[in-house]
Amino acid sequence: MRTVTYGQAISEALREEMRRDPAVFVLGEDMGVMGSVFGLTKGFLAEFGASRVIDTPISEAGFTAMAVGAALRGLRPVVEIMYVDFTPVCFDPIANQAAKMRYMTGGQAAVPLVLRAPGGAGRRNAGQHSQSLEALFTHIPGLKVIAPSTPADIKGLLKTAIRDDDPVVCIEHKLLYAAKGQIPDGEHLIPLGRADVKRPGRDVTLVAWSRQVGFALEAAGILAGEGIDAEVVDLRSLVPLDWDTLAASVRKTHRAVIVQEAVRRGGYGAELAAQIGEELFDSLDAPVKRIAGLNVVSPFSPALEDLTYPNPGTIAAGVRETLGRQP
Amino acid sequence: MEYERDFLRHLYRRMVTIRLFEEKVGELFLGGEIPGFVHLYVGEEAIAVGVCAALTDKDYITSTHRGHGHCIAKGAQIGPMMAEIFGKKPGYCKGKGGSMHIADFSVGMLGANGVVGGGYNLAVGAALAAQMRKSGEVAVCFFGDGASNRGTFHEGVNMAAAWKLPAIFVNENNQWASTTPYRTTNNIEDIADRAKGYGIPGVVVDGNDVFAVIEVAKAAVARAREGLGPTLIEAKTYRIKGHFVGDPEKYRTKEEVQKHFTANDPIKNFAQKVIGAGWLKQADLDAIHAEAAREIEQAVAAARQAPYPDDSELYADLYVEGVS
Repeated sequence: MRTVTYGQAISEALREEMRRDPAVFVLGEDMGVMGSVFGLTKGFLAEFGASRVIDTPISEAGFTAMAVGAALRGLRPVVEIMYVDFTPVCFDPIANQAAKMRYMTGGQAAVPLVLRAPGGAGRRNAGQHSQSLEALFTHIPGLKVIAPSTPADIKGLLKTAIRDDDPVVCIEHKLLYAAKGQIPDGEHLIPLGRADVKRPGRDVTLVAWSRQVGFALEAAGILAGEGIDAEVVDLRSLVPLDWDTLAASVRKTHRAVIVQEAVRRGGYGAELAAQIGEELFDSLDAPVKRIAGLNVVSPFSPALEDLTYPNPGTIAAGVRETLGRQP
Repeated sequence: MEYERDFLRHLYRRMVTIRLFEEKVGELFLGGEIPGFVHLYVGEEAIAVGVCAALTDKDYITSTHRGHGHCIAKGAQIGPMMAEIFGKKPGYCKGKGGSMHIADFSVGMLGANGVVGGGYNLAVGAALAAQMRKSGEVAVCFFGDGASNRGTFHEGVNMAAAWKLPAIFVNENNQWASTTPYRTTNNIEDIADRAKGYGIPGVVVDGNDVFAVIEVAKAAVARAREGLGPTLIEAKTYRIKGHFVGDPEKYRTKEEVQKHFTANDPIKNFAQKVIGAGWLKQADLDAIHAEAAREIEQAVAAARQAPYPDDSELYADLYVEGVS
């Protein structure tokens, strides 16, 4: 095992897959000379050359569709959209082309494309650089969506996503890039669609993905001091969803609290809450609860931004409410 | 310019097949046999056939919502096309795509597209793949005058030009963006003029003269294969049918349409030229016409009898690897 940052784990995944398979290439804004705005492809230009580390024009709709076209011809592009907030600019190639091509051609097409999109709040980046938009993608049949929370998970899942023959959207949280964690030495692959129980517990299931997993674990630590034993299920992959692991946890704890950074209305947590309600109603001892971002544009002012998103304290408070406990 | 007789027969066969196919599809649609909606390519046959005559099976095209003609011109088969338009199981897309999404990857037809301007950058991507692999293939993007005003036009042509990709942009200026006349939404007469802004050749050609189209397409293909980058071809034509079958066409008169069709039908133009030059006889053309008509009748009969997809097919091909 080694300790690396989440950002380094992404770099390792990309570099290893590019070394393994000449069909893999990366493209996006400022990927080459700059090594991407978050420094994830530093050194790639020297190693792989400009034809596989493509500095694109600021043409998200154009280069994302170009990547779809290259994928249709059997290449394996890994597109970076500098901020997930910009994916609405190129939603047609994602939602109407990549996602639908295989189905609409009766299986003639495969689109082995990965679209990496840094998202998330907490950096005082205001409304157009802070969103969590995973629900836009989970809503579109034909896409797969991952949102890993640790260096080991992002490395293993991103490598698998690059080898996957379907289009995969990889949601990365900007405030995770510097987060450190242990990763296994050597080849490390994690299948899509497998959740990971990051903390076992008996009293309540906390469901989270991406940066909120860390907050859920912190909340679980606080609650442990109060005699509440929370289980933290890190979904890691939203589509496909590891329903079996999630359902087993809820059947055991009888309570589900879903934590998402995205705004509450229409988020992926709403889908999870509905599924738990439909499938596991008899197992539940309390209503399914969502701890989520508020239904508001992400504010710039630190004073307001901090009010907008979940944190370990608000997550712990939500769990107490679900359990009917006083703090 | 002299052409081989077999090549001339091939051109006529493809153009007449498109014409008869489209007329038949229109008739079947109005008869209630075809679900959804259909957009016909009548009167624009010389563009697809002329351009595809300059390509090989190894080259690629992306198409539009008005895509039947491009499919036939690239060598797709009539039977699975008709079955697809009927929504039947033996269709090219197993009945899951329909008229606007027919694709035949085996002949380099990467798909019609329901999004206007959606095809540019798919073609640019196919061209990028060709360049990366040094395969010598070229990718052609067909698009209409309406699509020329999508931002994706700029993004795609700019990238292809900047990187000298083997892409060819073929504009079919049929004068109508759905129901809106070209000149009411554009300040220039020729879309080809925009090529200057990208530093690539821009060529205007009579889109109803298949021979003229072949020559400009050949030059563009040669340029692309040599690694010199894209060409923007603007083929002037006129949309004879409505935007879709059933379009009330309140934006123009029947007389205007008839005037264009009588004066400048690409198939009549072809016949006059080849008979006038003594290259083919009327009897040759009649025989080809009859052969194409028979093939289409057979395709219709087969499509009518073909089964719809099984219920079990609903989720098939949504993913390569299963997601429940």
